[in-house]
Amino acid sequence: MEWRRSYGRAPKMIHLESNFVQFKEELLPKEGNRALLTFPFLHMYWTECCDTEVYKATVKDDLTKWQNVLKAHSSVDWLIVVVENDAKKKNKTNILPRTSIVDKIRNDFCNKQSDRCVVLSDPLKDSSRTQESWNAFLTKLRTLLLMSFTKNLGKFEDDMRTLREKRTEPGWSFCEYFMVQEELAFVFEMLQQFEDALVQYDELDALFSQYVVNFGAGDGANWLTFFCQPVKSWNGLILRKPIDMEKRESIQRREATLLDLRSYLFSRQCTLLLFLQRPWEVAQRALELLHNCVQELKLLEVSVPPGALDCWVFLSCLEVLQRIEGCCDRAQIDSNIAHTVGLWSYATEKLKSLGYLCGLVSEKGPNSEDLNRTVDLLAGLGAERPETANAAQSPYKKLKEALSSVEAFEKHYLDLSHATIEMYTSIGRIRSAKFVGKDLAEFYMRKKSPQKAETYLQGALKNYLAEGWALPITHTRKQLAECQKHLGQMENYLQTSSLLASDCHLTEEERKYFCQEILNFASQQSDSLGHKIVLPMHSFAQLRDLHFDPCNAVVHVGGILSFEITMCSQMPVPVHVEQIAVNVHFSVEKNSYRKTAEWLTKHKTSNGIINFPAETPPFPASQNSLPALELYEMFERSPSDNSLNTTGIICRNVHMLLRRQESSSSLDMPSGIALEEGVHVLKCSDVTLEPGPNRITFRTQAKEPGTYTLRQLCASVGPVWFVLPHIYPIVQYDVYSQEPQLHVTPLTDSLLAGIPQKVKFTVTTGHYTIKNGDSLQLSNAEAMLILCQTENRAVIYSNTRAPAPGGESDMLGTPEPHRKHKDKQKTGHCMVTTDHKVSIDCPWSIYSTVISLTFSVPFQTTHALLSAGTRKYVQVCVQNLSELDFQLSDSNLIDTGDSTDLHLIPLNTQSQQRISSKQSVFFVWELKWTQEPPPSLHCQFSVGFSPTSEERLSVSLKPYTYEFQVENFFTLYNVKAEIFPTSGMEYCRTGSLCSLEVLITRLSDLLEADKDESLTESDEYFSTKLMYEVVDNSSNWAVCGKSCGVISMPVAAQATHRVHMEVMPLFAGYLPLPDVRLFKYLPHHSAHSSQLDADSWIENDSLSVDKHMDDPLDSSSVKSRGSVHSTSSGEHKGLPMPRLQALPAGQVFNASAGMQILVIPSQDDHVLEVSVT
Amino acid sequence: MAVCVAVIAKENYPLYIRSTPTENELKFHYMVHTSLDVVDEKVSAMGKALVDQRELYLGLLYPTEDYKVYGYVTNSKVKFVMVVDSSNTALRDNEIRSMFRKLHNSYTDVMCNPFYNPGDRIQSSGNLGISLSCRAFDTMVTSMMIQVC
Repeated sequence: MEWRRSYGRAPKMIHLESNFVQFKEELLPKEGNRALLTFPFLHMYWTECCDTEVYKATVKDDLTKWQNVLKAHSSVDWLIVVVENDAKKKNKTNILPRTSIVDKIRNDFCNKQSDRCVVLSDPLKDSSRTQESWNAFLTKLRTLLLMSFTKNLGKFEDDMRTLREKRTEPGWSFCEYFMVQEELAFVFEMLQQFEDALVQYDELDALFSQYVVNFGAGDGANWLTFFCQPVKSWNGLILRKPIDMEKRESIQRREATLLDLRSYLFSRQCTLLLFLQRPWEVAQRALELLHNCVQELKLLEVSVPPGALDCWVFLSCLEVLQRIEGCCDRAQIDSNIAHTVGLWSYATEKLKSLGYLCGLVSEKGPNSEDLNRTVDLLAGLGAERPETANAAQSPYKKLKEALSSVEAFEKHYLDLSHATIEMYTSIGRIRSAKFVGKDLAEFYMRKKSPQKAETYLQGALKNYLAEGWALPITHTRKQLAECQKHLGQMENYLQTSSLLASDCHLTEEERKYFCQEILNFASQQSDSLGHKIVLPMHSFAQLRDLHFDPCNAVVHVGGILSFEITMCSQMPVPVHVEQIAVNVHFSVEKNSYRKTAEWLTKHKTSNGIINFPAETPPFPASQNSLPALELYEMFERSPSDNSLNTTGIICRNVHMLLRRQESSSSLDMPSGIALEEGVHVLKCSDVTLEPGPNRITFRTQAKEPGTYTLRQLCASVGPVWFVLPHIYPIVQYDVYSQEPQLHVTPLTDSLLAGIPQKVKFTVTTGHYTIKNGDSLQLSNAEAMLILCQTENRAVIYSNTRAPAPGGESDMLGTPEPHRKHKDKQKTGHCMVTTDHKVSIDCPWSIYSTVISLTFSVPFQTTHALLSAGTRKYVQVCVQNLSELDFQLSDSNLIDTGDSTDLHLIPLNTQSQQRISSKQSVFFVWELKWTQEPPPSLHCQFSVGFSPTSEERLSVSLKPYTYEFQVENFFTLYNVKAEIFPTSGMEYCRTGSLCSLEVLITRLSDLLEADKDESLTESDEYFSTKLMYEVVDNSSNWAVCGKSCGVISMPVAAQATHRVHMEVMPLFAGYLPLPDVRLFKYLPHHSAHSSQLDADSWIENDSLSVDKHMDDPLDSSSVKSRGSVHSTSSGEHKGLPMPRLQALPAGQVFNASAGMQILVIPSQDDHVLEVSVT
Repeated sequence: MAVCVAVIAKENYPLYIRSTPTENELKFHYMVHTSLDVVDEKVSAMGKALVDQRELYLGLLYPTEDYKVYGYVTNSKVKFVMVVDSSNTALRDNEIRSMFRKLHNSYTDVMCNPFYNPGDRIQSSGNLGISLSCRAFDTMVTSMMIQVC
């Protein structure tokens, strides 16, 4: 039925169970009675009376008496039930309904509460009426019962609260109150309101706890002293019975101890929680309770025999666990391990401490004292409870058995431990599992089975290392060290010892002890050679920095390199190290010098000092221990054209950053250390490493060129080797071998011949060391002078190691300080470009170094032969090609031939002339001869020159010379052209024909120069065939008729040939005359060659006579230039052609060259065309 | 009054751990370390359920006979663990909460120091830039260990 409650509590459906008891006056509750379960909630009076008389006579009195009794007990909950029978009713049909018994009763008793009287008609009949009346009755009954119940419960609660408020009064007793409130709880339990019932217990629990706390704060209550009596029994929780009457009674009797009260309270709570299907809360509360009880006992200063509480807790834990297991299936338990594992671990812990207490863990087993204690503890357990006496496994039996013998204890303890570890592991509580494992290891160590302990210790240590917990690491290592010592794992033991010796969390004494352990081992084993123990270095000592000398870490072959390392010894005491060795890896690199330079620039800032990051072993998991990213740009170029293919960023130390975290643990390092047996080992013997930084210097003489990488650092103490497997960052030094080199380079872009210039001598000493007195000996060609200036000391620019000062070089007998850098002057003989070789003898080599220097000639010279009739002139043009300005002086031209009658008369006025860069200067001489001139003339031109910018030089410079030859310079023919206007005219007119008269005059008799194939001889009369040609290149004239012709010229002085032809001026003005050219006409040897009409091939323009044949530039080296005319035209191909040969320029004098004739325009010209050229 | 206060990095190594000098330090180290199991458990459970609620306080991690271990986790998964003596019943949840909040504020102050690298240990013996902040943190922890907040 629905139960509505006061104080706004939600209505609930409850099941109220009631007993029907015969009314007795003594059953009515007296004042102060607080038993709620047996409380008479509703009083009923049943009557079957249907006769008024009878009613009046007996029933009324009876009723009145009953009512009075009820009133006396202030009970207002009553009900009168009148049972009516039809049979009886029939007898009394005459009775008025108004005056029925029911009415009477109602009148008499229920003056205002007519509902307190119910009629039940024919209860034994099966009729609808009966049914109805039953229903009405039962409803009424329920309602009233509930009313009464509610009222009484409320009253009870009020009473209870009143009682609770009195708790500060001196006489107040918790036990009494406990009973009252528990009554309420029972009621709720009966109503199946377990939640409410539980609340009652929780309230009691809290109240009690509060008292204990207050007691601790000094506010003690009298009644609490009951609970402070010494604990005599510790038989654990009893959870199998719903109500532990025994304990309840003891509480009622106020004899319960704190543990009893707590046990009882918890057993009730447990029962209710299990009703509520909350077994996991039981586990959780159990753990809290156990902890709490222990605390409270402490707080209340209750005297507890040693171990008693452990027993109690152990038993209780197991009891709770068994209780939970009893009401859950396997799967449920498995999925809720997280709730129970605390109990398991607590039980394990307690069993362990019991074991230690009772001497069950020691190697020898318990002594008599331990045994006495055990007996006492077992006595405190009392007898086993009857409920579990028959069970195969009960907490009681377990404890008893475990305490009975060493073996049994071990078995139980191991069982529990393993179970706990397994559970922790299964729910992912690794740390807790490791912690239990460590306890187990401790146990194994006590039991002298270190091999079993080791795995647990290692596991725990690994866990702590991974998470960087320094103190647990140290502690676990200490245990591990002991374990390894027992196991005889010397290597591991030494390693752990070294780690511990360097552990700053240990005391100085402990560290010294472990350090001494290593040293002892080392000294013991030193006699037996062979096996060495390799340990990682970092625990022993740490490499701080490394300092190279020379600081660029580059030495040449044979040089001495030293480096100093700073090792920070971690040991607490000075350690004598027999040898410290650095293993060096050697690699040959082709381009080691360049590579080194590159490397140097990279490490320039460090200045030869390399710092090593400090290792922080307790921080393996943190980012701090990881080195910083070393990022570099990367460019990848294609090998063919050096264009950029790829670019990106690379991380140099990716192997450090991306390695697995686990592997960073140093536990299994010894196997990982491979001792490199390199050929190159640098050693330092007998070093004593003081605690803290130590400086150790290594020296080495470089032997082979290449790159040396420092790989391993290894310190040996007897057979114990501490090895640093990798030196990081990479430390390298380079050894190079370089032959001394000498370079000679000009200071200017190019060397010019003829003037003093400076060249630079660069000596790269390489591996050679310059000694005092070393000199360079220069042997040079005579054409090149080496000028030395005494005041000019060589300057030494050092880019390698500074050499010893004082090398000298002898030059031309004049001692002159020379070093790798030296100035030198030389004069050069000149041609276009010349190479001069200098051979230098160096002190480091038996061979001479030959150096070639290239000089270029600053001038270009040309000559020309100029004619004026028969007078001849030689013109020399000097062109300055260089960038410098020169001063020319003393120009001279001499005839180197033997003709004595030849005179060269200079027409030059100035003796000094300046010639600027890229400019030319001309010189002219007139040739005069008295006798017959020689066919050729050999001349040498010379001119002195000096750079204008140069300061006064001590050396006189050689003049510039130019030799040339002039051939056939004597004039043979004089060609004179004249144009006459047509007869009758005063001037030539455009468009009208004029006559051109060409007069060719032979000026000399037969000369040597005439003797060639064009000469024909007949009867001592010589003649030569000449071809003339009139060409007007500027198209001023139109030549009418033949423009050329072949003439036969007698070879005799003053022989003259006159040619007439018609020309027509095309323009008006002063027009230059058309050119007349003369060629030697060389007939072909065949007969018909002479028949060839010269005109025919002139007209077809195939005549390719060199138009510049009178160019004076080529006259010196002319070799029959005329013969270049060829038969390039296809139609003449194969035909034998007469050849034309140009006459050398000197042989023909064009008398009319430069002459002009005035042409006036024709009168009928309307348009005057003027061209200005 | 706390007997041990620890700040633990996201990667579960201790950034700061301090316990009452009178007691065995090692024991607390073990205890705090073990408590990380429960922290992990609670954090992962919370990650699913209470992601929005920003409840940083993890409550009682686990009680032992003598101590109660409380946990608190910041949004950056830095954990605060506080060990309180079980006998000290005056400390209620609310007090613990406020202690954690104070601790968090102090820790934030340290983090705000530009010289502090997140992940570094909080130790006043470090470089000059952070020693002041760390000392302030230390002082705050000391005050928590001496008096009830």
